[in-house]
Amino acid sequence: MLLTERERLREELLQLIGQIGRDRSALLPLLQEVQRKYCHISEYCMQVIADLLDIHPVEVHSVVSFYSFLDERPQGQFVIRLCRTATCDMAGKDHVARQLRNDLRIGFGQTTPDGKFSLDWANCLGMCDQGPAMLVNERIFTRVTPEKVHGILAECRQMFGAHATSSPKERQI
Amino acid sequence: MTTSAAVQTTTNRLTFAAIEAGQGLNAALKQPPADALRQVAFSGLRGRGGAGFSTSLKWELAAKSAGERKYVVCNADEGEPGTFKDRVILADFADLVFEGMTIGAWVIGAAHGIVYLRAEYTYLRPHLEAVLQRRRDAGLLGSAVAGQNGFAFDIAIRMGSGAYVCGEETALIESLEGQRGEPRNRPPFPIDTGFLGNPTIVNNVETFAWVTCILAKGADWFKGLGTEKSTGHKLFSVSGDCARPGVYELPMGITVAELLEEVGGEAAKAVQIGGAAGQCVPAARFDRTIAYEDIPTGGSVIVLGPQRDLLRMSRNFLEFFLEESCGQCTPCREGIPKLLEGVELLQNGRCSMTYLEELCGLGETMQQASKCGLGQSAPNALLSIVEHFQDEILGRVVAKRPPARRERTA
Repeated sequence: MLLTERERLREELLQLIGQIGRDRSALLPLLQEVQRKYCHISEYCMQVIADLLDIHPVEVHSVVSFYSFLDERPQGQFVIRLCRTATCDMAGKDHVARQLRNDLRIGFGQTTPDGKFSLDWANCLGMCDQGPAMLVNERIFTRVTPEKVHGILAECRQMFGAHATSSPKERQI
Repeated sequence: MTTSAAVQTTTNRLTFAAIEAGQGLNAALKQPPADALRQVAFSGLRGRGGAGFSTSLKWELAAKSAGERKYVVCNADEGEPGTFKDRVILADFADLVFEGMTIGAWVIGAAHGIVYLRAEYTYLRPHLEAVLQRRRDAGLLGSAVAGQNGFAFDIAIRMGSGAYVCGEETALIESLEGQRGEPRNRPPFPIDTGFLGNPTIVNNVETFAWVTCILAKGADWFKGLGTEKSTGHKLFSVSGDCARPGVYELPMGITVAELLEEVGGEAAKAVQIGGAAGQCVPAARFDRTIAYEDIPTGGSVIVLGPQRDLLRMSRNFLEFFLEESCGQCTPCREGIPKLLEGVELLQNGRCSMTYLEELCGLGETMQQASKCGLGQSAPNALLSIVEHFQDEILGRVVAKRPPARRERTA
């Protein structure tokens, strides 16, 4: 990574801290914002945040590793989380999971080589009356069937074309 | 987005829908905080998140706690498998929740409110922020709430990041403080040593909404509903094998059979009540009542039809707990994988009675020795299935599977 990029990132984090706050209780909102923007929280980011909050980087890492919506490795532009809890299981989540694997050609816990999609499991999404349920980033889809999977992915790809805001390069910071 | 998701959830006639915004708060602010608290106490309201602690006692202790800064926290980290009532309340009746928080602030003398919203419900946030802003504009939040000089209160929303254990109140506070969501030792309790060491009340979304209703309609009305020890109505999240899944407001003390009739699930062979942390009730015991004195619940009701494999469900729950355990205490961290292995043995038809009894012993140890509710309740589902469904789980014969073919991904 170029030094100038690091400096730019540090500047951005400083700005963010100016908005959110410097105390320890600001850590989670800060990390959530970094995750949203860069699709992951890099080692460098963790170090800068630790430095700015005056805590040990290990503390930041221990928080990042605890929460399932914070990632150390770059996630795709679209993170797909399929609910695997009892009622979605009863409603046939296994079939949806199989079709997601087939269409994305990746397994759960993986990201497509083009960096567009990550596939993961989620615990109860609170849509038990209309399962199987699936989150795509912040958007919820309910009563998902294997045949609906393709349409949902196609919609994401379209959005990706129109609003390709962050380049893969930026994601690797 | 938010409303469409909520609209699709079927509900019966909800009390919340008949309460006008402002009614409860106005009634509360007309009386001194101690009198408002007395109303909540008289109603007998107990925590709707599932633990069932007396709401008024919690508030009374926080009110008496010395401290300049106090906090009102709304636990919107609804993560119990099979629960979705809080999503519906937040989408359709957010005003009642914020009003209940404001009443709580009036009672304990707090100026700061926080809603801890689970990451999975991020799509509800814009709607909630809009409702908060509308309340600020109407003078119902801010430096002088409803024109009451000297009563300043505002509410901020903080997001979770995907951790079931943060629904436990001390873990939730840890998370708010920017830590890993690991439950604390208690005492001290949040009512005197909560968020940043300040007195804090943490209540469920539904609890706050009921407080607003109690102030609006009177404590007598609420006390007259339900049973003596479990007063009032409760929202149930009903899913699984029934004709009409959805959110149902029903009186506490209703029998399982009556509930099933309401939702069209009479054919059930069992009902899982209380989510993954709850118990599995067999058809023979459908005369049991849902109330704090019999089957306590946060409202999750999963109806299981005759074709359902209870071991599969039990395994699903244990896998859930395996992932969500914070790993701090030994009974929970080490016990859950052992129970999961046991269920796998049962599924393969390779579990002896002696070993099953040992597993149950382990489960009972976990119930007593775990640090927080997660570990204490993780064995519940399996233990109740072992108790009631031995015929179904013992001596399974597993059909030999044909050799696996390579999955075609192209």
